[in-house]
Amino acid sequence: MTWVLGNLELIGDLTLEHLVFALPPVVIGLLLAIPLGWLANRTRTGRTIVINLAGLLYTVPSLALFVILPAVLGTGILDSINVIIALTVYTLALLVRTVADALSAVPGTVIDSATAMGYRPVRRFLAVELPLSIPVVLAGVRVAAVSSISLVTVGSVIGFGGLGKMFTDGFQRDIPQEIIAGIVLVLVIALVVDGLLLLLGRALTPWTKARAGAR
Amino acid sequence: MIEFRGVTKRFPDGTVAVDALDLTVDAGKITVFVGPSGCGKTTSLRMINRMIDPSDGVISVDGRDIMSVDAADLRRGIGYVIQQAGLFPHRTILDNIATVPMLLGWDKAKARKRSAELMEIVGLVPEMAKRYPAQLSGGQQQRVGVARALAADPPVLLMDEPFSAVDPVVRESLQEELLRLQSELGKTIVFVTHDIDEAVKLGDKVAVFRTGGILAQYDDPGHLLARPADDFVDGFVGRDRGYRGLGFLSSAELPLGELPTVTVGDPAPTGDDAAWTLVLDADRQPQGWLQGSGDGPRVTAEHLVPGGSLYDVSSGSLRSALDAALSSPSGKGVAIDADGAFAGSISADDVLTALARVRSAEAAA
Repeated sequence: MTWVLGNLELIGDLTLEHLVFALPPVVIGLLLAIPLGWLANRTRTGRTIVINLAGLLYTVPSLALFVILPAVLGTGILDSINVIIALTVYTLALLVRTVADALSAVPGTVIDSATAMGYRPVRRFLAVELPLSIPVVLAGVRVAAVSSISLVTVGSVIGFGGLGKMFTDGFQRDIPQEIIAGIVLVLVIALVVDGLLLLLGRALTPWTKARAGAR
Repeated sequence: MIEFRGVTKRFPDGTVAVDALDLTVDAGKITVFVGPSGCGKTTSLRMINRMIDPSDGVISVDGRDIMSVDAADLRRGIGYVIQQAGLFPHRTILDNIATVPMLLGWDKAKARKRSAELMEIVGLVPEMAKRYPAQLSGGQQQRVGVARALAADPPVLLMDEPFSAVDPVVRESLQEELLRLQSELGKTIVFVTHDIDEAVKLGDKVAVFRTGGILAQYDDPGHLLARPADDFVDGFVGRDRGYRGLGFLSSAELPLGELPTVTVGDPAPTGDDAAWTLVLDADRQPQGWLQGSGDGPRVTAEHLVPGGSLYDVSSGSLRSALDAALSSPSGKGVAIDADGAFAGSISADDVLTALARVRSAEAAA
């Protein structure tokens, strides 16, 4: 406890840094996954290609990706953009499939009746299909967010910031308190973000609550 | 008015769903497409608002070839009700109904006001406005579906088996409701069903399709029941068609007879113990039958034998007249006027005589 109390400022900075690394990739990944998921949902071949590519991307080990990316992108080895891009790739890989599944689960009769009411495809997608896919997509986003928060720590092995630094630093300088505090903080952040996403989802989908209370 | 001229729909796999269809749907009337599954009735309906485009031929709505209109614009001008309503689960009832007005660019306040009006027209209480479709029963959802289709006041309404997923009692009330609405609105309605009873009940005209997308007969329901064009239509129209056909023959010339009646509170009739007397209330509305003199010195409204169906002379058909006669315990049907007051009696023989007269008149014409 004494180590924690003595280093509150450092912990605060690392936490903030951790969030800056972990969360933007989730948002960017989601924004990219929506059009790709839509594309995947259009044709059977499109679906096979997009889903398999995404699956392939997800199997690349995170540490390897952190190391390879600078060479591919021509960025500096410790440029934080590497972490953001790597995590965006993971989020994207995870969410493309979720978005495609969520869209294909929207009832055909609803899409059909939207078309018959006179919706054109883009507006129909934004006003009917996308909102109805929120519950499933949000479940995927929760997984992606927690996974992103935990993956940031891997970056510290090769020198990036974030709470992972407390693991490497605590290990090298033999301060168990620092390691434990790091683990607890990562867990707390993950739980808080997950909880906030859950609340956000409820606020965005009032009709699902109505359904549960219907009969 | 909707016209099909030589309309054919061939699907990519080679199936012909609709084969050279020529048909004119009258403006302001209900036209029912009916037939077994795979007869092309739904395909024909869905070609009207370009949910399916024909392979061949021309469909025009009010003289305008529908292929010359942008599909989305065309659809916004045609109401559409589908099976199980197809409501948007994520929108409240009010917003569901306001869908087309919002697409047409009405302002929100006006669209919502119109929605609220329509809820009342289709018989939904205002408290339902803020609910979601999943919180409504099947019958209520179907009413919302009809309201949504009517929201922008389109002249044409397409209904694709709208009542097939609700139970028979609810279906019957929805059918009555549709007829009531139609008598006020006078829309051009095309209604698809596989149920011939629904077809003859709702249709001003009925188009019977046979498998392969061929129009077997296009006629008013009375003719369809009286003179099926061929064995297929005869078989499809089904049993009891002679009896059901009576429903389309006017009973205007049916003579009414007399009946012994007694009013509640009067002294009980005396005499023959087997004789039937019709009991009326103070407004002369039939309450039931009394056989012999009953069980007290005065006639009460209790312990009466229930009457059969009543035949309303102002709007009745030979079918309701015959049913009144057949279902009455005394063998004499009870006729009432528009106010529900006793108007006279009818016998089954009179109905059959009237039927014979109608037939000979038709044969002479």
